[in-house]
Amino acid sequence: MNHSLPTSIGSAGSYHYFAVVTACFTFLLIVAGALVTGNEAGLSVPDWPLSYGSLNPPWEGNIRYEHGHRLVAAFVGLLTIALAVWVWKKETRGPVRKLGWIALGVVVAQGILGGITVLWYLPAPISVLHACLAQTFFCLVVSLAWLSSPAWTRQRREASSSLPLNRLAMATAGAIYLQLLLGAIFRHTQSGILPHLLGALLVTVLAVCLVARVFQSQRLPSGLTVAATSLGILLALQLLLGLASWLLRLATADAVQPQFPVVAVTTAHVAVGALILAASVILALQSFRVRSEGRRAESRVPATPVNP
Amino acid sequence: MMRLKNYLCLPVGLLAALFAGACGSVDIDDEDLDEVDGTDAPAVVTRVDPATAATVNGKVYFEGDLPRARRLAMDAEPACAGLHTKPVYSEVVVPNDNNTLRHVFVYVKEGLEGMMFETPTEPAILDQKGCIYLPHMLGVQINQPVRILNSDPTTHNVHPTPRNNREWNESMAPNVPPKMKQFPREEVMIPVKCNVHPWMKSYIGVLPHPFFSVTGADGSFEITGLPPGEYTIGIWHEFLKEGVTTQKVTVAASESKSVDFTLKQAS
Repeated sequence: MNHSLPTSIGSAGSYHYFAVVTACFTFLLIVAGALVTGNEAGLSVPDWPLSYGSLNPPWEGNIRYEHGHRLVAAFVGLLTIALAVWVWKKETRGPVRKLGWIALGVVVAQGILGGITVLWYLPAPISVLHACLAQTFFCLVVSLAWLSSPAWTRQRREASSSLPLNRLAMATAGAIYLQLLLGAIFRHTQSGILPHLLGALLVTVLAVCLVARVFQSQRLPSGLTVAATSLGILLALQLLLGLASWLLRLATADAVQPQFPVVAVTTAHVAVGALILAASVILALQSFRVRSEGRRAESRVPATPVNP
Repeated sequence: MMRLKNYLCLPVGLLAALFAGACGSVDIDDEDLDEVDGTDAPAVVTRVDPATAATVNGKVYFEGDLPRARRLAMDAEPACAGLHTKPVYSEVVVPNDNNTLRHVFVYVKEGLEGMMFETPTEPAILDQKGCIYLPHMLGVQINQPVRILNSDPTTHNVHPTPRNNREWNESMAPNVPPKMKQFPREEVMIPVKCNVHPWMKSYIGVLPHPFFSVTGADGSFEITGLPPGEYTIGIWHEFLKEGVTTQKVTVAASESKSVDFTLKQAS
């Protein structure tokens, strides 16, 4: 059984830029979704899949956020269909080929969940699931973009890590995903913030360890160091945004919600959370690549004869 | 390849767990509501002799500091802001000059068990005017028609979020005919909101009897037509929850009694 990640992208690079565009629009979609939640606009359009029985409802009040979110989501759905077909036609690596179809399945499921949230009046578990599936989809599209990137192939064949990264990178990505889940639960159920704070602590510890280990390692590909640097900067920004959103909520507790500063900061908090997850996914993919390249290099070195 | 599969397992597993949680939600189904509409209720309607009917009245005061009135941010909505010549303030806490509170729902909480009262056919009115709900607080009897209007030149949606009745969410474009709705279960209170204009909030109290009132601009209330008896009068305010919120009162035939309440901010 092959335990390594696919390394040669073949003609897959042809869809790389399209995958990047899809990832950018997915990020925009996450921001649009966060604006819907922040502005309490989730049920401003009572029907689904049409909006007020139309594709062009009155652009008033919160309808702008909800219908805008639907339009971006529909566009991302179309992009994903095209991406899945493109990946299927051009991709030669089996797992990556499947990833395109998985992304399409997830975006379809996400659209249905979005409809259910409207038709069932925002049940908290569905809203949390909708938020987490959005991040999952973003991870999938970012993975497709990264696995088809020139950076993925440019990686030095002989690259090897002086310290093992893959488990720590995967644990960090998992913790960040868990933290996004806790954040979504906090946001959609108004439950206590303690689990989210503990999640932040866990993510911070793991991410700091991971970033430190990347910079302690030698001969690593530039993609890994860029992703690690991004992760560190984004994490610092995210902690500040989390603190700011909490303080703003306290400061405006008796104000008529939603307040623009609260919406702006919490939306930025969600957006940066998505970017952190993307950075951690790239780090995890890249660290697996480093390890598999290292193993491949080791297998090429002939056994050293032992002196009698 | 196996490692990539492992990497994908994490979100898939989390999603499966979440979906399992989502499936555990509870909802009120039609059968539950049919039972309420139902047949087990006493068949004899209690009729109060106007000659012996009693009255309970009083005022609701506040104690301590109150949050300052917050201006509603309609500026981003020209269709709403244009309907007002003066700033509009939140109706969550509205103090009167005489240290009393407006928008407090006052009702007979206990003492009418076993009695059944005729459901009015006259609808209660809930209007959307100037991008606020009028009235801010409304009392109705179980199954009493509620006539919902949109007097604004903009689109609203009407979205009650009850715990004990069925939730619904319907849009109302300008100039559409009024909606007629009913609430088949007792509930104090049902929040009603417009998700298009998130500052718009109203509350509907649904009771099995007609003995309720809402405090007005002088903080007073009056519950009339009560059969003589011993009652617990309860009050409900959307923000102030502490203080004297229930009072026992006994009224004889044709008697009028006064009871006052005091609310304060949670410490």
